[in-house]
Amino acid sequence: MDRLIHEKVRLGIVSALAASGPLTFVELRSLLATTDGNVSVHARKLEEAGYITCTKGYEGRVPRTEYALTADGRAALEKYLDHLGAILGALRKK
Amino acid sequence: MSSPRPVAISDHALEQLQYIRDTMERTGSFTAVPGWGGVAMGASALVAAVIAARQTDVRMWGIVWMFEVVLALAIGTAFILRKTRRGDRSMFAAPGRQFFLSFSPPVAAGGVLSWILYSQGAWAVLPGMWLMLYGAGVVTAGAFSVRVVPIMGLCFMGLGAMALACPAAWGNWFLAFGFGVLHVVFGLIIARRYGG
Repeated sequence: MDRLIHEKVRLGIVSALAASGPLTFVELRSLLATTDGNVSVHARKLEEAGYITCTKGYEGRVPRTEYALTADGRAALEKYLDHLGAILGALRKK
Repeated sequence: MSSPRPVAISDHALEQLQYIRDTMERTGSFTAVPGWGGVAMGASALVAAVIAARQTDVRMWGIVWMFEVVLALAIGTAFILRKTRRGDRSMFAAPGRQFFLSFSPPVAAGGVLSWILYSQGAWAVLPGMWLMLYGAGVVTAGAFSVRVVPIMGLCFMGLGAMALACPAAWGNWFLAFGFGVLHVVFGLIIARRYGG
């Protein structure tokens, strides 16, 4: 099992980006009902693993940080979902 | 002291799947709600309220507000399209469909009832009914969205109830406060906190 996206906040970030496309830092923080620090730390880990990209810019004069899921990130989520499915399937057969 | 009971692996897998599903559903609904669209709809409603207040004929007052409904729906749709396109999403994907299917029934019921009540001359109940049914649509459509959306719907419903209890002459100003001020205030909150 991919331990990187097994953690709840990281799983939330990857799931949200998979469902909607790019999201801003503020959107992710509100959506996951967590703190600035939590989103920063976990997004950084996902970025380092190549699962998401981070683009910093401005909207007018307001700084804007936007995250997007990479192909590797999507593949990791799909693999994780397959893994969960396999666990449930195996337990049902017992 | 007893140690906590271990969680079965199947329960944990189900819990994780549920979490992924909830997050994906919430994301879709939430990103489709346009904050600046709400502000624009609110501004157009305030203009409509001023124009409607100047009408001496109740039929003309009704026509002004019905025109405003069409205009506001067009503004809302345009901003939803803009927001979904900006995020590389489709308005007709599952969350968009869910929003539309939840929002439409109370609004459609409002349309039919408006026509019947208006033709029977019962125009005095229209402001309260419009606010309540629009609020009901926002509450149901926003059920899977960020909390501010259903809260906005509840405010509309509360205002509608108040409008029904107050003198009919105040109806136009209840509409101005609801469709104008509430849209502008909640639109700004959504735009600032949730982007766009």
